[in-house]
Amino acid sequence: MVAAPVVLAISLGYLLLLFAVAAHGDRRGAQGRSVIGNPWVYALSWAVYSSAWTYFGSVGRAAAGGIWFLPVYLGPMLAMLLAWIVLRKMVRIAQTYRITSIADFIASRYGKSPLLAAAVTLITVVGILPYIALQVKAVSAGYDLLVHGADQPAPPRATWWQNGTLAVTLALAAFTIVFGTRHLDSAERHEGMVAAIAFESLVKLGAFLAVGVFVTWGMFDGPADIWARAQAFPELQSLLRLGGGEGAGAFGHTQWFAMTILSMFSVLLLPRQFQMMVVECVDERHIRRAAWVFSAYLLLINIFVLPLAIGGLVHFGPGGGMDPETFVLSLPMAEGATALALVAYIGGMSAATGMLIVETVAVSTMVCNDLVMPTLLRLPGFGARAGGDVTRLLLNIRRAAIVAVLLLGYAYYRIAGDAYALVSIGLISFAAVTQFAPALLGGIYWRGGTAAGALAGLLGGFAVWAYTLMLPSMAKSGWLPAGFLDGPFPLLAPEALLGMTGLDNLTHSLFWSLLVNVGLYVGLSLSRAPSAREATQALLFVDVFERGGGAAEPAPIFWRGRARLEDLVGLATRLLGPLRAQQLFQEHAAETGAASVEAITADARLVDRVERQLAGAVGSASARVLVASVVQEEPLGIADVIEILDEASQLRVYARALEEKSLSLEAATAELRAANEALKSLDHMKDDFMSSVTHELRTPLTSIRALTELMLDTPDMEEAQREEFLRIVVGESERLSRLVNQVLDMAKMESGHAEWRIADVDMRALVSDAVRLTAGMFDERGAQVLMDLPATVPVIRADPDRLTQVLLNLLTNAAKFVPQEGGRAEVVLRAGTGDLAVMVRDNGPGIPPDQRAAVFERFRQVGDAATRPPGTGLGLPISRRIVEHFGGEMWVETAPGGGACFAFRLPLDPEEGAGGGGKRWASRC
Amino acid sequence: MNRHPDGGGPRRGPLLALFCAALVLFNFPMLTVFDRDATVFGLPLLGVALFAIWAGLIGLLAWISERRPERRSGRRHRKDLS
Amino acid sequence: MGIKVLIADDEPNIVVSLEFMLKREGYEVIVARDGNEALEAIRRERPNLVLLDGMMPGLSGFGVCEAVRADLSLGGTRILMLTAKGREADVARGVGAGADAYVIKPFSTRDLMQQVRDMLA
Repeated sequence: MVAAPVVLAISLGYLLLLFAVAAHGDRRGAQGRSVIGNPWVYALSWAVYSSAWTYFGSVGRAAAGGIWFLPVYLGPMLAMLLAWIVLRKMVRIAQTYRITSIADFIASRYGKSPLLAAAVTLITVVGILPYIALQVKAVSAGYDLLVHGADQPAPPRATWWQNGTLAVTLALAAFTIVFGTRHLDSAERHEGMVAAIAFESLVKLGAFLAVGVFVTWGMFDGPADIWARAQAFPELQSLLRLGGGEGAGAFGHTQWFAMTILSMFSVLLLPRQFQMMVVECVDERHIRRAAWVFSAYLLLINIFVLPLAIGGLVHFGPGGGMDPETFVLSLPMAEGATALALVAYIGGMSAATGMLIVETVAVSTMVCNDLVMPTLLRLPGFGARAGGDVTRLLLNIRRAAIVAVLLLGYAYYRIAGDAYALVSIGLISFAAVTQFAPALLGGIYWRGGTAAGALAGLLGGFAVWAYTLMLPSMAKSGWLPAGFLDGPFPLLAPEALLGMTGLDNLTHSLFWSLLVNVGLYVGLSLSRAPSAREATQALLFVDVFERGGGAAEPAPIFWRGRARLEDLVGLATRLLGPLRAQQLFQEHAAETGAASVEAITADARLVDRVERQLAGAVGSASARVLVASVVQEEPLGIADVIEILDEASQLRVYARALEEKSLSLEAATAELRAANEALKSLDHMKDDFMSSVTHELRTPLTSIRALTELMLDTPDMEEAQREEFLRIVVGESERLSRLVNQVLDMAKMESGHAEWRIADVDMRALVSDAVRLTAGMFDERGAQVLMDLPATVPVIRADPDRLTQVLLNLLTNAAKFVPQEGGRAEVVLRAGTGDLAVMVRDNGPGIPPDQRAAVFERFRQVGDAATRPPGTGLGLPISRRIVEHFGGEMWVETAPGGGACFAFRLPLDPEEGAGGGGKRWASRC
Repeated sequence: MNRHPDGGGPRRGPLLALFCAALVLFNFPMLTVFDRDATVFGLPLLGVALFAIWAGLIGLLAWISERRPERRSGRRHRKDLS
Repeated sequence: MGIKVLIADDEPNIVVSLEFMLKREGYEVIVARDGNEALEAIRRERPNLVLLDGMMPGLSGFGVCEAVRADLSLGGTRILMLTAKGREADVARGVGAGADAYVIKPFSTRDLMQQVRDMLA
């Protein structure tokens, strides 16, 4: 037992030490030799996560449920694995846009919505108050134990003014006011406070480890000994099994998972964590090391939890009347190690005070910026155009908020302090801040989220949280009628919504609240396109690494309008104080190359800069209102936003142009080389063509010349011989003129000079005409032609003469190749979904598959020269060109029975182009 | 300040992989593997396993975070400068 | 035994004119429709002169010419190349392949006949 004045003196002495550390930190910071500018201190400041809940509660939890104290620390481990990805983005966003609280972060993302900021603040206050009360309770319980002894029940509570707890609370308020609101910083950084918190983290770790070592090796003979001795108690044997301890029976793995996820989010979203990790971050690169150092810290501070819990149970006997949550104090006390018990008490106090200080600073910032300021701004006479320096007023609002939050916490503790175990209070708070996760994480990775969605999600999730977790816990404490737990009717029972069973109340609440939250957030966001302001903020947040601004590329500024320098100077002076305002404008003048502050042009960049600075002081939502009230703004539409983005990307384009220049030069060289190759090959093709044409022209000419000369030189030629020669001459002349025409035709088409007369074409009539025109040829060969035409076909737009030319060519070919006897050709017309197809089949020799491509090449006549009918070798290439001109395609395959089947399809709409996925008729050949 | 999205720090891939591994290792049904009456150095297996996995993850995270970022083009330059 | 002349050309109408022309002069005429047939006929019939079209399906006239020159037993065969390709390169190729003379289509029957007579003299 320790005398009350001694405990009080030590407590206050410890607080004074904190003052000294914080003052030292602030002084060093002011000298530019910051003590917090390294990842180690940064990581230690994150350890504010380990509050009195860890310090006392973990042991209690372990004593009751074995490994169940762990999920709350495994979750942060998971979060730390992704810290470099997620947390760094949050830090970059917060520092780029001067965001100073989680409420501001969410509100700013969704178009700087004051409503959203207020909602987040209210949820935080309601959700965090019990947690604050919990810390007060921990300090108080420790005090009671030290003063009144471990083995006696605490005496009836003394009147409030005699209670040391209140004194400690007030001292804390004083500390927080001094180091949390010493000055109004636009970055909302508190060097001294961070230094003090890092120091506290060392103290609580040291104290806890000291008690752990003392119990494990002083009272017992190492951890193995503790476990061996625990085997004597049957109820302890299964404590470290999954189904052991409190939850004997099936292992509640859903609850395990839920708690892991819950604490994973909480370590990022609790106001004090956001304050330390995001707002107080000096350099985002520190996250790299801090992530694993903080994880290691959590592991260290938990390493003796199980030995302490089991050791305590073995020492006092399970159910021995001693509250396991006090083992950290009661075990040293029971051994008479009073000094160590005092150290342990200080450790617990440092855990509690650290949490209280940071939490109240964070909450007071939110209350001031997001609840009080917006209200004040509505008051007449306080609007942006009113005069007077309000920095002092702002600080006083925060101070009042700090005192109010701490006293509310104290009051909560006085009223409800004995109602819950520490752990359940903490988890209720965790579940409350987890409601921020969808809006916050969705906001930095998804551009589509809107303010309406975020607000509805938050409020919906919060309402479900209150109904399924907060209020039932009050009902269980007897503050609400017990009937509340049954709900207005069974389907609405708070802990079994829609009759859902099989989940513990925490998992149940988490499931429903997050379901409602995410559902409303996503659903409402999708139901309406974001406004221009929401869209711009979404862009600035999601693409912060690309568009956040910096030396390389200025961020786009989504503001248009007119502003007067005097108004902006006046506004900044009023909210930042004359000194900081002057500094701000001088910096801007230097950066923009203005000769003096008076010479600054009040452009969008200046307005943006002032607004960002104000956001640091009063929150982005209030800053928006204030700036909007002193300038003339043009409302931005989505089109303007896109235009501004284009302007910004223009710069990026210029920056990249240089880099790309060499690449494009290289590409140009390659292109030129390729073009040269193409030209060479074209030239070669032209030579080939010319050579082919001359060859084809010379052949008939040779016959004609030779035969006519022979007739001339042989006057006595037989009549029959002469007649045969003349017939050949006539035939070769025809061939010659046909060839000349086709070569000209081909040349025109290839050069694009061919004339096309487009008209409505009825393919039915066209096919019939073509068949009629070639009927004579088939008759000569004793062959028959069949037509298979549908009743009607859609009209297509094409050149009827050209298509007739194609059909005549195919029909002539068929007539040439059908056998002498039993020759047979068939013309089929079909209408597909988007095209027409024509097939001309014959029962001739057909075309071997390896020559099918060749038949469409110029001057390529397939087959044996002696047996094949005469032709120019240009008919099919020209036909194919015509079909392709109208967006169709032509091919050849084997007809049933071995003949050739030439087919082509034409799209009804030529725009659709060839191969446009129309039905392939080839299979019908 | 480094403008690169990676910030010159660890790459996303290994971190995400480690996160997924941790999620599996810390939860049902993986935990049932260690849920037996065996002891390690006289300590119950489940507790030792959880702390060992935890420590392992911290070690890996530290290793991933602290190793020099691989810069294919920069490595030689650095050597030249030193 | 008369003088044998082989006509190797794939254009039937040209063959008609050449055949008439040569028969009128009293030569014995053999006709081949492509390169392989021509080579076969040369080996079988041993013609004194071959009127060889340069462009034929299958084995081209140039190919036939080279094959004949490579076969020493066919050393006495005279070859007159006929081709529609009048470019220098083709002439060079024909001569390179071992043709004795080269006539470009369309040809004058009188000139061609004179050439044949000279070659068979």
